[in-house]
Amino acid sequence: MASIEIRNLRKTFGKVVAVNEVSLSMTDGEFVALLGPSGCGKTTTLRMISGLEMPDSGSIHINGKDVTSLPPRSRDVAMVFQDYALYPHMTILDNIGYPLKVRGAPHNELKEQVTSVANNLQIGGLLARRPGQLSGGQQQRVAVARAVVHHAQVFLFDEPLSNLDAKLRLEARAFLKHLQREVGITAVYVTHDQAEAMALADKIVVMKDGSIMQAGTPLEIYRHPVNTFVASFIGNPPMNLLPCEINGGSIYVQTGDSPQAMSAAGLRLPAALAKGSQFTLGVRPEHIRVLTEPAADSIKGTLYVTQTLGGEALVIVRVGEQLITIRLFEDEAPPLPNEVYLSFDADHLFFFGPDGQVLR
Amino acid sequence: MKSPMQRILLTGFTVILAVFFVTPLLWFVFAPFNPQASLSVTIPQSPSLANFEEVLSNEMAMRGLLQNSVIIGIGTMVGTSLIAALAAYGISRGTLPGRKILTYVLILFSSVVSGTASMVPIFKLIYDLGLIDTHIGVILVMIGGSIPSAIFIMQDFVESVPRSYEEAAMVAGASPLQIFRDVTFPVMRPGVLVVGIWVLVGAWGSFLTPFILLRNIKLMPASVTFFLFYDLESGMPQIRLISAYAVLYTIPVLLLYLLINWRYGFRFFGGIKQ
Ligand SMILES: Nc1ncnc2c1ncn2[C@@H]1O[C@H](COP(=O)(O)OP(=O)(O)O)[C@@H](O)[C@H]1O
Ligand SMILES: [Mg+2]
Repeated sequence: MASIEIRNLRKTFGKVVAVNEVSLSMTDGEFVALLGPSGCGKTTTLRMISGLEMPDSGSIHINGKDVTSLPPRSRDVAMVFQDYALYPHMTILDNIGYPLKVRGAPHNELKEQVTSVANNLQIGGLLARRPGQLSGGQQQRVAVARAVVHHAQVFLFDEPLSNLDAKLRLEARAFLKHLQREVGITAVYVTHDQAEAMALADKIVVMKDGSIMQAGTPLEIYRHPVNTFVASFIGNPPMNLLPCEINGGSIYVQTGDSPQAMSAAGLRLPAALAKGSQFTLGVRPEHIRVLTEPAADSIKGTLYVTQTLGGEALVIVRVGEQLITIRLFEDEAPPLPNEVYLSFDADHLFFFGPDGQVLR
Repeated sequence: MKSPMQRILLTGFTVILAVFFVTPLLWFVFAPFNPQASLSVTIPQSPSLANFEEVLSNEMAMRGLLQNSVIIGIGTMVGTSLIAALAAYGISRGTLPGRKILTYVLILFSSVVSGTASMVPIFKLIYDLGLIDTHIGVILVMIGGSIPSAIFIMQDFVESVPRSYEEAAMVAGASPLQIFRDVTFPVMRPGVLVVGIWVLVGAWGSFLTPFILLRNIKLMPASVTFFLFYDLESGMPQIRLISAYAVLYTIPVLLLYLLINWRYGFRFFGGIKQ
């Protein structure tokens, strides 16, 4: 088990800056998720930790040892690839045992260890087969088994669940979480699925365009997003973001041609929010009430669509040019008139400046 | 719906085509067993193996077939496969700029190298190297001729091996040699096999290069030793012997094809089934 210390990591491909000044530290047994949209540099960061890619600058320490320029095999890491990278010409036994084989483990010892790991992951009956004869979920477990078998210090996962269908993905997610609790692995886990990151990670690192936007526990990131990007990336459905202006005791919501005034009384406005300034108001779908009558702190909208999801319902309302999503914890979407009024929960509002950074 | 007239015309045309292509094959089936064979297709009056007996007792012809052709064929095959596999691997996995262009340039050159036009300079080159009248000389020239296309074909196979296979092995702790031996080579083996067979068949049938570079009849491959069955005085071919020798000459290639087909199943231009 190990700690990882990454300092000012930078990597460019030609003119593309894939990873820009990324610093990150992980303690022993921590499960860290690198989260961000496609192309934000997650895989490149992971590959630099594994040694498959050399950084342009910056350093990587594993367990206090500088591994920045060491080849992958000298780093004692294990990696699960997005396509699993199982060898088609080898049996499952040989696939899982390969890291032991290259270390010169005798065959009977190899077989013993592989069998025990495979039984643990409930793929013990598949050892004589070849990867082509396995389902996606089974292949995923084989890939994990191959990573687990040689007790590496650090585990690296590159979107290991993205090739599974929705149901299998939930199963595999629970299984990985269980594995982590049981084995206590130190892992870096790359994903673009915020729900996966929230469910699995001790710490989430949100990336965008090669840079870290925010790092923290799932709840910290959910409750205190530092900018509009993180705010809209975490949570499903995403946070509603409304362009606003504050003037006098009112907030003017500028989603259309004519701004709508909304009383600012009772709101805890951040100190940085100067009078007369533009800002972005953030409110999560679960913190909006739908009214049929206007109120002092409400804005008017027209009903766009309602969706019944069972257990919860989504109401989507058009305000000016913008669609606002409201999440109701009811089995069924209630019958609503065409004209509705939205009132925001004053305790759960976010204020972002014109640069997208949160205002405090 | 086709009219009867169209059907008759179509069928007639196909029959003519079939006769055109099948006749030489029929000749090839009958002539070797006919002690009075000529260039016309005739069913032997009294079929016998006399032609084969005579060919088999010709020591030089048999040495050409069983020894020289085999040495030259296998040598060219092994040399080309080995060099092309490593070259294709380097070209598709390396980082040298312009490496993809290299293959096309080489292919362009190869049509010159193996062509008739360059035989004089090649003869001179091999002569200066002191390799005239040696199998090595012939093999080197044939390797040179086949390598570009071999790299070209093999490159497709290397590129079909996902990089993550090698990367997974790298992270698992394998050395570059272990990676090539355990992962890359086994996965690209069908490609090596395709190229190997293709080169072997090409070398087996090649006439010009060995004919020009070899002097000693004891070194000549079967493609050249056919001339042993020409009547020395009249210069007339002894059809009955040539046909029998041709059958013997074809059998190894045929067997090879059947073997591969049985073992792997040929899919031309798609390589071989895994
Ligand atoms: N080998 C490469 N060559 C050129 N560009 C690359 C290479 N690998 C990644 N990139 C670029 O770097 C950026 C980050 O890629 P990546 O780390 O794969 O993103 P992610 O995994 O977050 O989707 C992308 O713009 C991508 O196009
Ligand atoms: Mg990626």
